Amino acid sequence: MFQFKSMVASAAILIGSATISYAGCGISGGNVSILANDFPALHAVVSAAEACAGDGVTISKNHTKEHNSLQVPGLTANPAEYSVVVLANSSLVPLMGEGLVRPLDDLVAKHGGSLQKHQLVTIDGKIMAIAFMANAQHLFYRSDILAKVGVEAPTTYEEVLAAAKAIKSAGLMDHPFAFNTAPGWNLGEEFINMYMGTGADFFKPGTAEVSINNEHGIATLNMMKALTEYSNPDFLTFNSDATQALWEAGDLALANFWGTRAGPIMDAEGSTEEVTSNTVVASAPFLGDGPRPSSTLWWDGFSIASNVSDADAEASFIAMMNGISREMVMANNDLTVWLIDGYKPSATSAGVTATAANGAAPYPMLPFMGTLHGAAGAELSEFLQGSESAEQALADIEAAYNAAAKEKGFLD
Amino acid sequence: MKHRTFIWFILPSLAAMVLFIALPIFSVFTQSLFVKHDKVLIEAEVCGPFGCKTEVSVDVAATAEIQKEKPLGKFNGFNTYTNRNHLAVKEVRSAWSEASSVAQFFGALLNLPFYKALLFTITYTFCVTPFVIVLGLFIAIAVNSLPPLFKGPTIFMSLLPMIVTPLVGALILFWMTDAEGIIGSTLQRIFNDNELSLKASKTLTWIMLMVYGIWASLPFSFIVFYAGLQTVPEDTLEAAMIDGANRWERIRYVVIPYIMPLVVFITLILLMDNFRVFEPIIGFSAQANATSLSWIIYNDLRGGEIQYFGSASATSMLTIIGVGLLLVPVLIRTWRDFNAKSV
Repeated sequence: MFQFKSMVASAAILIGSATISYAGCGISGGNVSILANDFPALHAVVSAAEACAGDGVTISKNHTKEHNSLQVPGLTANPAEYSVVVLANSSLVPLMGEGLVRPLDDLVAKHGGSLQKHQLVTIDGKIMAIAFMANAQHLFYRSDILAKVGVEAPTTYEEVLAAAKAIKSAGLMDHPFAFNTAPGWNLGEEFINMYMGTGADFFKPGTAEVSINNEHGIATLNMMKALTEYSNPDFLTFNSDATQALWEAGDLALANFWGTRAGPIMDAEGSTEEVTSNTVVASAPFLGDGPRPSSTLWWDGFSIASNVSDADAEASFIAMMNGISREMVMANNDLTVWLIDGYKPSATSAGVTATAANGAAPYPMLPFMGTLHGAAGAELSEFLQGSESAEQALADIEAAYNAAAKEKGFLD
Repeated sequence: MKHRTFIWFILPSLAAMVLFIALPIFSVFTQSLFVKHDKVLIEAEVCGPFGCKTEVSVDVAATAEIQKEKPLGKFNGFNTYTNRNHLAVKEVRSAWSEASSVAQFFGALLNLPFYKALLFTITYTFCVTPFVIVLGLFIAIAVNSLPPLFKGPTIFMSLLPMIVTPLVGALILFWMTDAEGIIGSTLQRIFNDNELSLKASKTLTWIMLMVYGIWASLPFSFIVFYAGLQTVPEDTLEAAMIDGANRWERIRYVVIPYIMPLVVFITLILLMDNFRVFEPIIGFSAQANATSLSWIIYNDLRGGEIQYFGSASATSMLTIIGVGLLLVPVLIRTWRDFNAKSV
């Protein structure tokens, strides 16, 4: 989970407000070392955890956008380089597959009294991670532009196309729509989100055999293509930073962005009053009459490394419990959508909440999902440029997936 | 030099080469022959903040058991090299038998990631290298004939592209060529076409990357040639002048033959460098239109959440073989010259 989370560091929300003292964490001693992605909400969590340092407890941290590439090597070492990893749906599965994170049942029983049941991520009955925040891609729109062309806020992608068409023919904007379509992780994520809206499965049930080359896949690709026609011709270079800049420059009226971008977009920095005051977030649109919104729900949480001593694991767990305390949430309420008791929904979180309320599904926690994600991200640009048919693009994704899944031992 | 002395003389560098070049390549090669063990898959209930679902997951204990016996993984021979994401032997064969025309065959071939990347890599190498050599030589000759007062500042300015970090240079150009950037919007104005985008068109992206490539490696050939020009003997040039050679003839018949070894040297280095083209693709976010072999390796290791070491190793080995093939003609030539001289 990286590009979209690469929240422009300039985010105005400083975490300086998180200087509440958390005296008396009750750790008897130990080494805590935290690996996390680099954005304000996680800074708030980790800083709060750090307040437990002292009295024989050392706490170190590493906030980096390269956290994904450090996870496996950092946790494979024995003793592990990091005792805590802050991770998401997609990154927990590969770590579990290698046996690098430990079950947390005993620690939760002992120290996790303040956790809510929905925060516990369990696999086969074992608690493997503690979730503390949620994220999803959803619709952003400019209420003033939609009002000018007399269109209601869209709830389906067909309505998004109609609204974009109205804006274009009214001569307000040439390219009113954008989503994160840079080949690689971003484009793969857009494909998965859109396909989710069809309600179909990515794999044959119970197996690692991919099955996307069907009418659902074709409907997915055709909608993505139709949307790119209302996107700036540079759309194949668009990541979250690029699209956020376009939005803040007032060049977009409709977009599909990550929920964590709502805060930075709506703050006073980097944009005009006209844009920020008319930006509205809403649920991710549906694809036609599909059963759920075309989006995936994500959580961010933490896990504890297998290769650390039990004492360090316990110290790490207690420190992180302080990191995700009610006090931390109250001091940093608007940074993200917290899953923690005490969180009050805000204007910037409405999109994620609405998407979840409309029944969006979580990003599949399948061990081979990342492989399909990569294959989709790499094989779709020709189709979107118009030099390949949808069937061929889907066949290419399946072929690329099959080769990669064999290398990973998921297919024979 | 006695053989014994010679051996002692090169022993340190030989040891360093074995340790830091040969052994890593051998380990990469070994890695390319293995894939992960078959994962033991089970169905398990997965619960999270958004509900529970029965999903396929990996039986960690059972998989670790298999892993313990053979830590390197499952021996796969050259199958990673021949699979669809690399040389795609099977796919190429079926494309050949099914294609009704050469164009159709190439269409199918270039739909495969490896060949797509290879085409760009080779085109880039063979367009950028000659331009850099010829332009570098001419700039060197031009600077050499400047009055001494201007030489220093001109040399400094010409070296700037090399001083700027490649990624930064690429990013600056990337922003300038954006539809909102100075070059991009000027082009749109000139051609009166709001849809014109340097980043959307494959041809324009390739040209942009190659222009960047020439810009970035020009200072290298320029400075080497400039240094070479300082050693061209004055008396030969004067003799040529007395014989009535004009400026062009002096360059053609005196200067160029004299600095020919430098041309060979620069060609070698540039071929190797350009075949490994990578930074501009990242800097220009050009992967939709142009991928290179190095980019494939990067994508295998850093493209997503999962790393494909076997796949990346296989592409690395193929890149080494590619560089080797490119250098053979140049090396044969050098070898011949060397032998001719020693006789």
